[in-house]
Amino acid sequence: MGNSTPASDALVSFRGVQKSYDGESLIVKHLDLDIRRGEFLTMLGPSGSGKTTCLMMLAGFETPTHGEIRLDGQLLNNVPPHKRNIGMVFQNYALFPHMTVAENLAYPLTLRKMNKSEIAERVKKALGMVKLDALAHRYPGQMSGGQQQRVALARALVFEPQLVLMDEPLGALDKQLREHMQLEIKHIHENLGITVVYVTHDQGEALTMSDRVAVFKDGVIQQIDAANVLYEAPVNSFVANFIGENNTLHGEVVDVAGQHCAVRLASGEVVKASAICVGRNGEPTSMSIRPERVRLNRLAEACENRLKAKLAEFIYFGDHVRLRLDVAGQSGFMVKVPVGELDSSWKTGDMLDVGWMARDIRALDSAIVSH
Amino acid sequence: MSETMTMNAPLTAADGESLKVKLARERRNKQLKAIALVAPLALFLLLTFLVPIAMLLKRSVDNPEVITYLPQTSAAIAGWDRRGLPSETVFAAMARDLTVAKEQKTVPEISKRLNMDISGFRSLIQRSARKMPLELAPGESVRDHFIAIDERWGDPDHWHVIAKNAKSWTPYYLYSAMDLRETKAGTPELAPEEERAFLSIFGRTLWMSMWITLFSVLLGYPVAYWLANLPARKSNLLMILVLLPFWTSVLVRVASWIVLLQQEGLINSALMGLGIIGEPLQLAFNRTGVYIAMVHILLPFVILPAYSVMKSIPPTYMRAAISLGDHPFAAFWKIYFPQTVAGVAAGALLVFIMCMGYYITPALLGGPQEQMVSYYVAFYTNVTINWGMAAALGSLLLVATMTLYAVYSKLVGANKLSLG
Repeated sequence: MGNSTPASDALVSFRGVQKSYDGESLIVKHLDLDIRRGEFLTMLGPSGSGKTTCLMMLAGFETPTHGEIRLDGQLLNNVPPHKRNIGMVFQNYALFPHMTVAENLAYPLTLRKMNKSEIAERVKKALGMVKLDALAHRYPGQMSGGQQQRVALARALVFEPQLVLMDEPLGALDKQLREHMQLEIKHIHENLGITVVYVTHDQGEALTMSDRVAVFKDGVIQQIDAANVLYEAPVNSFVANFIGENNTLHGEVVDVAGQHCAVRLASGEVVKASAICVGRNGEPTSMSIRPERVRLNRLAEACENRLKAKLAEFIYFGDHVRLRLDVAGQSGFMVKVPVGELDSSWKTGDMLDVGWMARDIRALDSAIVSH
Repeated sequence: MSETMTMNAPLTAADGESLKVKLARERRNKQLKAIALVAPLALFLLLTFLVPIAMLLKRSVDNPEVITYLPQTSAAIAGWDRRGLPSETVFAAMARDLTVAKEQKTVPEISKRLNMDISGFRSLIQRSARKMPLELAPGESVRDHFIAIDERWGDPDHWHVIAKNAKSWTPYYLYSAMDLRETKAGTPELAPEEERAFLSIFGRTLWMSMWITLFSVLLGYPVAYWLANLPARKSNLLMILVLLPFWTSVLVRVASWIVLLQQEGLINSALMGLGIIGEPLQLAFNRTGVYIAMVHILLPFVILPAYSVMKSIPPTYMRAAISLGDHPFAAFWKIYFPQTVAGVAAGALLVFIMCMGYYITPALLGGPQEQMVSYYVAFYTNVTINWGMAAALGSLLLVATMTLYAVYSKLVGANKLSLG
């Protein structure tokens, strides 16, 4: 999947959008983004990366300093937020505390001048969708966080907007409930065929739910792709480190040949890697490899790259064990080993053979990422 | 085996004592500790707050003069059938009581109290007391002698007043404070129109308090909203400005308002200097002045609770309502405002109650038509030394305030009031 969306397929399009709050620095530097009809798009990034600002500009609570935003071909810049017909779910639920659940859901419908029986029917249907039929006459304060968030979800959907925005909607829930709600939101999206723009800083959430994820950093989209592409083929070291677990090896480019390049590590070994984002010979690079792509001892024999590593620590996770290794003088190199494949004779301090395929290690820019 | 034991017998701790007993002791210890911590304040409040209020309430119905200083008459007149004049025994008792009163110099106390019911009673008692002890001619009746001293003794009305006051309590002060008077039958009736005063004073107190509360809410609400939506650093600075008046004495603030508002004051001279008005506006020593100064003094009491409530409303509520399609103004009214009612209502109630008892501002900045109940409480306490009247007015003010609070909490819901 690339970024070459045909314009007719796009429900929302950002063109050259910039946003500054103080006139000195840009919180959104330059945004060109097409959101496809029916798509679940997640804006992922650390706080301050501009993702929420993008969402707020789309909702109409912030105005772009420059550029234009279109919804269904219509220019949104001068449409006030209450006329955009976009559903929105907030992190703190924002259910009106002085109204019952049913009144909360009826609110957007009453504004659209529907008659009473139609409102009642729609409210019932929306509550059924989030499995809260029995709680229509409760007040939000009498419900749990998870229930409140479902009501908020139902309220954002009840007036059948074609676009729903979600601003970290699961941020206030505990882990188990969050995972449950992720699936529920995903299913609702699949059933209704609406377009969802979802903002989160939780990469697990982004990978689970989205059709595409846009990774934000410093007001710029670093990469926008499907979850598996982001994970397997990050285009720069920020994305590689932000999405999932990642091992980084620093080195210097010695030879670039087609899709591959040779990188010399500080310890002198030369590693063959996929050349994704490297400069000329002699320039520094950081290579990225996922922990599950590293093979050990016997399994490493068939690999294009083989190095010696010192076993520094075992970390037990139940279904698998992580080994912390020192590789080529660089510490903190993690390898995931399923419990069944663990050799009981290994001890800390042992020297192991580690190996990986050249296609699995990606030579990227040398940006030093702090965790 | 031990399991079956615990199933049937009460649970015991390791040392064999009943768990229930142990728990109860633990709880009692905690309670005692809590009581010990609260006790000093509770005692202080009891002595400085509850006891004075109880004494005030008692004072408003207290009627010790006649029964203390005319004890024999009080006892004798109890048997009077209230028709015609009392019997010879009552006159004789009165003669003895007045003799004692003359010796003990308590005549003024008696005459002052009785004079409240019928004016002229003072001179009657004083003149009669001067003639004590009686020097009766043989065979002369005491009654005739009294009537000879002053023919008013022959008027049953005067004896009715004595009989009425021969009890240790009286509704007289409370009735007077409500413009009522006691008929001979003992039932209350409305005093004739020219004698009424306090109903209109109570009405004026409520009316003025209502307007001051209304102005305070109308002016305070937008300020509180503004403060709640400013960045913290700016709002803290402005909050100091709101609180600044609290650091100055009320007296000083009222005095400054006099300087500003009077005929030759700053405002009038400025307006005249600018040519906006031809002659000075009457701003002080009338209702306008009282309203201006009292709204100024009481405004923070609305702003603070309203601010604290508004501060706790996240902006996402409004955003949610707008995203659902509501116009921002309508959303404010339907979503934001209802959530602030608790705080605003608490502030308004506070202002209203404080207004009801306000004294200094109307006294200094108002004319005679702006004086509220508390002014008359002060008047009776300091000027006429009629503590019964002062206490009755105070008690009625207390009752009015509590009634209003009850009605208010019924309407708004006391549990919903939030003072921040």
